[in-house]
Amino acid sequence: MKKSLLGSKLLWVIAGVIVLFLFPLFLERFYVYLAAIILLTGLCATSLNFVLGYGGVFQFHHAVFYGVGAYGTALMILKSGLNPWLGFIVGPLVAAILGLIIGLICVRLSKLYFGMLQISLGSLVWAIVYRWYSFTGGDDGIHGVPLPDIISSPNGAYYFTLIITGISMLILYRMIKSPFGSALQGIRDNPVRSEMIGVNVRFQQLLALTIAGFFGGVAGSLFVVVDNTVFPDMMFWTLSMELVIMCLLGGWFSYLGPMMGAAVIVLLRTYVSGITVYWALVLGVIMMLVIFFLPNGVLGYVDEIMRKKARNT
Amino acid sequence: MDSILAFVSPGILSQILVGLSRTVILFIVASGLSLILGVLRIPNVAHGSLYMIGAFMAYTVSHLFGGGTAGFWAALVIAPLGVAAVSFVAERSLFQFLYEREHLMLLLLTFAMSLVFGDLVKLIWGAEYRSVPVPAHFQGYINLFGGLPFPIYSFFLLVMGPVIAVLLWLLTNKTKIGKISRAAAVDREMVGAVGINVSWVFAIVFVIGCLLAGLGGVLVAPTVSVTLGMDHTLIIEAFLIVIIGGLGNVWGALLGALIFGLTQSLGILIWPQFGIVFPYMAVVIVLVFRPTGLLKSTW
Repeated sequence: MKKSLLGSKLLWVIAGVIVLFLFPLFLERFYVYLAAIILLTGLCATSLNFVLGYGGVFQFHHAVFYGVGAYGTALMILKSGLNPWLGFIVGPLVAAILGLIIGLICVRLSKLYFGMLQISLGSLVWAIVYRWYSFTGGDDGIHGVPLPDIISSPNGAYYFTLIITGISMLILYRMIKSPFGSALQGIRDNPVRSEMIGVNVRFQQLLALTIAGFFGGVAGSLFVVVDNTVFPDMMFWTLSMELVIMCLLGGWFSYLGPMMGAAVIVLLRTYVSGITVYWALVLGVIMMLVIFFLPNGVLGYVDEIMRKKARNT
Repeated sequence: MDSILAFVSPGILSQILVGLSRTVILFIVASGLSLILGVLRIPNVAHGSLYMIGAFMAYTVSHLFGGGTAGFWAALVIAPLGVAAVSFVAERSLFQFLYEREHLMLLLLTFAMSLVFGDLVKLIWGAEYRSVPVPAHFQGYINLFGGLPFPIYSFFLLVMGPVIAVLLWLLTNKTKIGKISRAAAVDREMVGAVGINVSWVFAIVFVIGCLLAGLGGVLVAPTVSVTLGMDHTLIIEAFLIVIIGGLGNVWGALLGALIFGLTQSLGILIWPQFGIVFPYMAVVIVLVFRPTGLLKSTW
């Protein structure tokens, strides 16, 4: 029973990827752009869920890595004069190193304290980027980052985003299913017991934070490809909260949940803010409804129904 | 006076006073947050919104009373009460059903509320900048330490800080509701078991905490331009102050606000471009050495 359920899921994923590959053939330019934004935001939310949902670590300010990845890429392309492709390696690496540093400082603390110190360190990074006019462009950000020819067209940017997102999602999935992923989930459920059976709790959490920082950075550099800009609000704490909402909305415990949550939030933001300036009000009300009625998220709810069905047949 | 100036330059001295008057605002808001965290265990992200609503209400009330001096004093009394009324409605309609939820959910839920509050403010007051006039008898500057101009209104703030601190101490230590709420912070079931309606105790504490946020908003209104988004930076600062002071400890909030306000104002003196970096660095240093804050936490 379980196997066929898994098989059908795999089929869905393959079908989804094929449809995503065909998007630019029949969609207008704006929708292709939107799809790319959804993919990279979804990757960012998934990398957050890697530590938040699977690791149980209160990473409240994940947007910092997203922003730092984007700034790393953009600044590398603009200021170094080296091969622009190098920027796409440097951005995520800088984000990963930052993830490690912030992790080293925070990892001794528990839950809420961890989250608050993380927000404080993230705000520190934001404040530096916001003020450092000569290097980061300050609150104006950087516009018009020159890109390699292949990915500078809208379709090129879309395919680049799709392929990189796909590979990253696959790597993260393999990691969750690996012994390392199991150890991480074990730590989430019972840190004391994990410590007792010989898991190095701090080390595993640090590793997870570094990996999450890296893939957050990947999402950030993809944003540079798709949007050609970077700005300090990419790492403001309210965006981090939105990322957490995406995870919650889609479901913490389903792998594709955050991706779906990202799709819902990005689409809603695009369309609702086209109709009214009160987009935040709508988002707030949706969040409250989800927290009250769907604490496991939409995919979590679907999973529950599927499982009930499977039990009945 | 000259003897002081022999040790510190007048620039540093006036910057310290600026920092202290900022400390007062931070303390008033953070003490409310700390009270709610300590007794109700809610990390209330919407606290910053109530501060913003307080400032906007101050604008409306002071204009209703024709601006100027009468307007300011009317705003100082009426606006915090208005914020208290808003928070009372929020508590009875939403928060009271949430006390048993886990912290992450509470954080997200109160963040959602802050989004809703922010847009309601936009709906009612619009997105323009507003200003509240400084009352006539607080206008102008006095010369300090031989020729340093310092705004009189900031002196008023420096007086308000200790007054609020003493009132809060009296409230938590000398009144019945203060004692009950401190007991409820330690063991809410036991307080319920001796026949006290814990739900209403929580409501009162919540309203008092939010009233402090509103008061902070009113007091800050004459010194800044009242605008949307003023809640976003303040709530992070207030949380950090509460964390470095020790969750739920009102005196910790005072200590944290002092650290935050002074590093902020002196940081600007040391390195004008990156002045805002210093308070965050102070928070990091404190938490690296004392992970649960400087004073004893009630958690």
